[in-house]
Amino acid sequence: MSATVSTAMQHGLQSCERCALLSRPAAGEHDGRCPRCGEELTFRKHESLQRTWAFVIGAAICYIPANILPVLTTTTAAGSDSDTILQGVILLWSPTGWPLSLIVLVASIMIPSAKIIALVYLLVTVQRGSTANNGQRVRMYRVVEFIGRWSMVDVFVDAFTAALVQLQPLMSVAPAPGLFFFAAVVVLTMLAVESFDPRLIWDSLDAKEVRHV
Amino acid sequence: MSDSDAPLPHVPESRALSKKRTRLSLVWFIPIVAAIAGAWVAVVRILGEGPKVEIVFKSAEGLEAGKTKIQYNGVDVGVVTTVRLSDDHSQVITTAQMAPKTEGFLVDDTRFWVVRPRISGANVTGLNTLISGAYVAIDIGQSTKSMRTFVALETPPVVTGEVRGRFFIAKTPDLGSLDSGTPVFFRRLQVGQVASYQLDKDGQALSLKLFINAPYDQYITPNTRFWHASGFDVSLSAAGLTVQTQSALSILIGGVAFETPPTDGLAPPAEENTVFTLFNNRADAFKLPAHDPQTFVLTFKESVRGLAPGAPVEFHGIAIGEVAEINAQIDAKTFEFSAPVTIHLDAQRLGVAVRDLAPGEDIGSIRKKLIDTLVSNGARAQLRTGNLLTGSLFVAFEVFPGTPAVTVDWSRTPPELPTVPGELAAIQASVVNIIKKLDQVPIKSIGEDLEKTIADLDRALVSGRGTLDNANKLIEPNSVLGAELGNTLQEVSRAARSVRVLADYLERHPESLIRGKAEEKK
Ligand SMILES: [Zn+2]
Repeated sequence: MSATVSTAMQHGLQSCERCALLSRPAAGEHDGRCPRCGEELTFRKHESLQRTWAFVIGAAICYIPANILPVLTTTTAAGSDSDTILQGVILLWSPTGWPLSLIVLVASIMIPSAKIIALVYLLVTVQRGSTANNGQRVRMYRVVEFIGRWSMVDVFVDAFTAALVQLQPLMSVAPAPGLFFFAAVVVLTMLAVESFDPRLIWDSLDAKEVRHV
Repeated sequence: MSDSDAPLPHVPESRALSKKRTRLSLVWFIPIVAAIAGAWVAVVRILGEGPKVEIVFKSAEGLEAGKTKIQYNGVDVGVVTTVRLSDDHSQVITTAQMAPKTEGFLVDDTRFWVVRPRISGANVTGLNTLISGAYVAIDIGQSTKSMRTFVALETPPVVTGEVRGRFFIAKTPDLGSLDSGTPVFFRRLQVGQVASYQLDKDGQALSLKLFINAPYDQYITPNTRFWHASGFDVSLSAAGLTVQTQSALSILIGGVAFETPPTDGLAPPAEENTVFTLFNNRADAFKLPAHDPQTFVLTFKESVRGLAPGAPVEFHGIAIGEVAEINAQIDAKTFEFSAPVTIHLDAQRLGVAVRDLAPGEDIGSIRKKLIDTLVSNGARAQLRTGNLLTGSLFVAFEVFPGTPAVTVDWSRTPPELPTVPGELAAIQASVVNIIKKLDQVPIKSIGEDLEKTIADLDRALVSGRGTLDNANKLIEPNSVLGAELGNTLQEVSRAARSVRVLADYLERHPESLIRGKAEEKK
């Protein structure tokens, strides 16, 4: 890493995340508001680690019932059936339906768990002041952030299915408790990603470099 | 890092935040809420979890772990959670998660069975399972002994715990169209059904288990008759064509009917599981039971076409027995055909009752004497047509006066009773006789005689005309005969007047007529 790196924080300056205006905190104040657009200014996201931890833990807790409880209740002439996400994956698994099954498996089971694991990893490494694999961790963060906005797809698919199937007299689909937990997992992981400040990844490096100098 | 200390121009100062944040973020509220919600769901699940049971099936056909429901009266009360083979691979052991508060269902005599589409007897059951797949049905027992392991029934029970009634056994040599679920009729009303059937250990008969619903079970007395009411009961007998049906349902799927002889109305109801005989039809069921029948052989020389086992043997129109067996026999020496017919005679039907016997007298000897007396008086067995339409025959044991006396040889077993040719055979014989006699009539000479006679007649007619002419002359107006006729008519007129006088008198004194007649009779 180059020793010539310079961050706004090192100069006691804050960069607005919204309008990119560089400003100086008022005397005696640590944080402030952007003089141009009024966005809250922080050197680093406010209580980033604490908030991210809270959201990640919340998501992890919700992940369990989201997978154990049924997400959809299908009522047909033959009776009603409640399926969990995994049962849905198994149900869809067929020579022709396997791509859909795979999508559900990846989107609903693997991605949320991968996001939680990735966030925990980032949080732990940042807290321990690790400086290894910084570039990789940032890429990981970018991927997690990118996926986040697509995580709702599954919930929407279920909701649309429910809405569409209601129209048929012989069959109705209703959301089951698992779906709410699943939605909570998606929302909480998105919030966790949002509250995580990737600049923290580099702070430890800066600290090290400062110490070296 | 010397440049970091250099002042940066044009960097505005940020505005102050209105409020400071608390140290412990409120965001921790979120995982706490999530944990509470998760814990609450878990608690509800655990608390709401019903008992687990193990059900052993012969086959796992239609059973699917996690899918197959356990239903009671159409309500889901559980679900099969695992399906596996037993260690010896002979059975399928399933575990089922029952709904909460179903502990009361799981007692000693609770029964489970798989409901699949079944078409048996009257019942087409489980049609809905064509769509929904098989499910496990439960019949809740009455016992109070709790139970968690069950062996499923192979076939659905016809009678479930809720229905009140009693079981009876009917023995039949042939199952026919009967099956479990086949209805049982009483006065054409469906009052029960065949619960199950099984072959007797000796393989000789089938035992049908009949379930008669309360309160109809009280109409069954030890003397009740059961019979096959399967479909059309068409019988061609000497009595003609009889068609009996119980109901449209029984035509389609068969049935069992019962009836209690009216004289038996006051008899106490039969015990549960009383064994009855299942007769082939109603007529058989109500045929008078034969008391110790005697066997005889009748030898007929004529055709026995139309005679069938079971045909009645009648004496003066009263059935006193029936045909048991019909054989054919050809004499080795004369090559003459004969048909030995074995019959069963029940003398008691002629009114010989045991109670009429003198002390020390044997019913057998009485019967022998009876037959001997009848035969010596000319009693003979004869084939008669019972029904012209069907041509069915019966045996008439009647007295034919004037037949040569015979005696019954009692040393033979079975003894033979004498026969006479049947009416038809007799008619045939007499027709042959007539034809033979007609053959002997000298028609040719009769014709010649007739010709001669006609010529004579011609002559006689000519003379007859002369006679008529003479007669005409006699009754001419001025003839003597005419005057005589006038006198006679006057006499007649006088006689008529006196008759009128008599009539007038009688009108006035009608009693004289009675008195006079009475006197005359005396
Ligand atoms: Zn700004």
